[in-house]
Amino acid sequence: MTSMTLRAPQAGRSNALHAGAWWLWALGLAAAASRTTNPLLLGMLVGVAGYVVAARRTDAPWARSYGAFVKLGLLVIGIRLVFSTFLGSPIPGTHTLFTLPEVPLPGWAQGVRIGGRVTAEQLVFALYDGAKLATLLICVGAANALANPARLLKSLPGALYEAGVAVVVAMTFAPNMVADVVRLRTARRLRGRPTGGVGAVLQIGLPVLEGALERSVAVAASMDARGYGRTARVPPSVRHTTTALTLGGLLGVCAGSYGLLAAEGAAYGLPVMAGGLVAALAGLRLGGRRSVRTRYRPDAWGVRAWLVAGSGAAVAALMIWAATADPEALHPGVIPLVAPEFPLWPAASVLIGLLPAFVAPAPPVVKETPQ
Amino acid sequence: MIRFENVSVSYDDAAPPVIRGVDLTVPEGELVLLVGPSGVGKSTLLGTVSGLVPHFTGGTLRGRVTVDGRDTRTHKPRELADLVGTVGQDPLAHFVTDTVEDELAYGMESLGLAPDVMRRRVEETLDLLGLAELRDRPIATLSGGQQQRVAIGSVLTPHPKVLVLDEPTSALDPAAAEEVLAVLQRLVHDLGTTVLLAEHRLERVVQYADQVILLPGAGEAPRMGAPADIMAASPVHPPVVALGRLAGWTPLPLSVRDARRRATDLRTRLADAEPGAVPHPAPSRNRGSAPDPAPQTPERLTASGTPQDPARPAFEDRGSGGGAHSFGKGRVGEKLARLLGRRRPEPPSAEATGTGTGTTEATPTAVATVTALGVRRARVEALRRVALTVSPGETIALMGRNGAGKSTLLAALVGMIEPTSGTVTVGGRTPHRTRPRDMVREVGLVPQEPRDLLYADTVAAECAAADSDAGAEPGACRALVADLLPGIQDDTHPRDLSEGQRLALALAIVLTGRPPLLLLDEPTRGLDYAAKSRLVGVVRELAARGHAIVLATHDVELAAELAHRVVILADGEVVADGPTAEVVVSSPAFAPQTAKILAPQKWLTVTQVRDALGGTTA
Repeated sequence: MTSMTLRAPQAGRSNALHAGAWWLWALGLAAAASRTTNPLLLGMLVGVAGYVVAARRTDAPWARSYGAFVKLGLLVIGIRLVFSTFLGSPIPGTHTLFTLPEVPLPGWAQGVRIGGRVTAEQLVFALYDGAKLATLLICVGAANALANPARLLKSLPGALYEAGVAVVVAMTFAPNMVADVVRLRTARRLRGRPTGGVGAVLQIGLPVLEGALERSVAVAASMDARGYGRTARVPPSVRHTTTALTLGGLLGVCAGSYGLLAAEGAAYGLPVMAGGLVAALAGLRLGGRRSVRTRYRPDAWGVRAWLVAGSGAAVAALMIWAATADPEALHPGVIPLVAPEFPLWPAASVLIGLLPAFVAPAPPVVKETPQ
Repeated sequence: MIRFENVSVSYDDAAPPVIRGVDLTVPEGELVLLVGPSGVGKSTLLGTVSGLVPHFTGGTLRGRVTVDGRDTRTHKPRELADLVGTVGQDPLAHFVTDTVEDELAYGMESLGLAPDVMRRRVEETLDLLGLAELRDRPIATLSGGQQQRVAIGSVLTPHPKVLVLDEPTSALDPAAAEEVLAVLQRLVHDLGTTVLLAEHRLERVVQYADQVILLPGAGEAPRMGAPADIMAASPVHPPVVALGRLAGWTPLPLSVRDARRRATDLRTRLADAEPGAVPHPAPSRNRGSAPDPAPQTPERLTASGTPQDPARPAFEDRGSGGGAHSFGKGRVGEKLARLLGRRRPEPPSAEATGTGTGTTEATPTAVATVTALGVRRARVEALRRVALTVSPGETIALMGRNGAGKSTLLAALVGMIEPTSGTVTVGGRTPHRTRPRDMVREVGLVPQEPRDLLYADTVAAECAAADSDAGAEPGACRALVADLLPGIQDDTHPRDLSEGQRLALALAIVLTGRPPLLLLDEPTRGLDYAAKSRLVGVVRELAARGHAIVLATHDVELAAELAHRVVILADGEVVADGPTAEVVVSSPAFAPQTAKILAPQKWLTVTQVRDALGGTTA
């Protein structure tokens, strides 16, 4: 009985995990990935993200993006290897695999090399580096697949709501435009013209844009007729304060980040930035008063959301700590070429990232129609 | 509730106003139907109620429109949003969010209603419109009827006093249209909502209307009155009204039920007459000409304009061909032919039959053959074991609810879709393996949105392109356009044409390749009765010339007018296939009004009845 009550409930509108929790979890994994080049740990991170996606993703269109991100990651590794092979690498190595003909370059291009000796060390280094980047991408892909983008935008503060609507409408436009392209391509076939080629693209492009424009006008009319953009009356003093806070806050953030980046301004950078951020957030909050909107069933941030977000944060924190405690294990050397060791504790901490696969509400089981 | 005070709207200062002299009042709690031919400003009139005209569309509004006391000149659409709910023709252009529940809540969110009120109203609306099962579904995955119901629900949640709908059922199959209309009726009866709707398909809505506003022509003043009174003189009217006018019933019946009560007399008068004895193309071919079956010579066909390739083996020696033809006269013969698992004997074209001097006694080979066709998209089986044979001169109506696979079947016939199993043969070729350039000479498809076929800036350029695409001699397409669409200027932009004219232009372009097989996907969407009857004339003419025509349609009246055979698809399978009268008369959803009124007699159209009555009285 207890095992039944402990199991995650089926996801519905009411208990859906906050989209922000998924992003925090995925960003935690990504932060962990950015601290290591150990292929074993990176592989574990990808495995953890993949397992959670497999266990908790829905049938929604965005849920399919995970596969695309995995392919993108492999492509990044491939490109990194190809560049390393042809453009050489600053990594000195002794294990020469093969030698490409080197392109002689003039003196001013010193330091640039095309072709030449390719060593095992440089390839392994490129592989580690590419794998790190690929893992970051795959973590982002996992968040994309798990979090409903529309719900994420709904969680924006009221003042940013209109920007959020624009993004949601744009997102629903993309599939419509794809459908338009398909329809117009088939229409070309009906007229006896080939469906591919430059001519087809040019001829289809204009009607597709025209269709998109017409649809956006129609959606705008619909939104207008349904009360979009209704505003509440706000006293002028509040309006002015809002403007001052937002502008001042943004200026502060700019100055603060400059201070942080420049070597001499580190002392005042942090407080200025923090102050600017607070002012900007207050401005946004005050700006929200103009909007009369209310929210229908916003996602609640509950215990499960804390657990999911916390598991990502824990992985990131433990990995950052491990990177300072045991840098060798997390960055296996390539000179001399050694097999990467398997650091037990960092690996165990990565496994914490599996928590969402057990605590997040499970997507409803879709019954397969018998064929 | 809605007051129009001497309203006129013009979009261009120089041009005459689109609507003029509108001076009427729509009372609270009534369902008012707005009728009139295409292009008389129905949508403009509806737009003035929600304030979209002129605030959103531009133009000049003279006079005054007040809704529940609020003047639309001083109130923008968003300030009327709590009072007026508007749903346009295309529900997809209406949606702002991506799931059903969010869409229902969107309007209330904009108005700033309290969360608990929103939650309650969403639940109520889900139940009211029967959408509870669909609450989490992405809107894009819903069927047309479901989308239309969601669109109506999304404007209902703010509890508007007025609902404005522009052709809410024209894209829907008969069953889905019933769903939507039932909802509207419920709103009027139970909630006292005032509903103002424009619709071309009067046969679906006129019986629900409390009052009718007729816009007789562009810029003419509207007339408002009780439905029966307006229908008595309206240029647009459903078949039930046409039949009522023909039989001289007063007051005019507006529903099938009313008409049936009065029709006893008419049924006895018609009892002796045969529906087949009217110039409906289907029976005409099997009548009288049967003993002299189908001596169809290629020369004759080419002379009469049939694009039949003389080199193709046009005949097929079938032992039972002649026999089936002589049986084809009576119902027994048809039944026998069906029992034998055969299609109707391939009907030769009417002209060819009349002037038969040929020597071969055979039926012409099928234009298209589909056997055991299966089409699968990802996990969805769009079509399953579909078999269909299309003969020259035959018109087939493909019917079935939205998503039943009608468009998929048409797409397979033109080669846009590769069959997963089974075979498709059109004119001896396999469509999806044939180059598009060659295929246009075998089969032509006019898609649901005829505009997709049009790329050029002018009608002339479009025609020139069509000639070169199809390899026809220059001027061929222009001649067809002149034929189908008389009086159109060369330099007209296709965008400026009306729906009906655009359909005719697309049809001319497709016919330039002289395909023996012509496919029409939902040809009557958005057409008024006048444009529809022109289409009927054109299609009959083409069929008489020997074109085989397959039309996918929801319009039962159109199918009754045109089709020799009706094929009903459900869930990707053929569930009925037979002569129109037999398939359609017994079906509650697909029977035309005339058939419903005069059942069990097999009359399909008012024209048939008129001719039969004319015959008996003369």
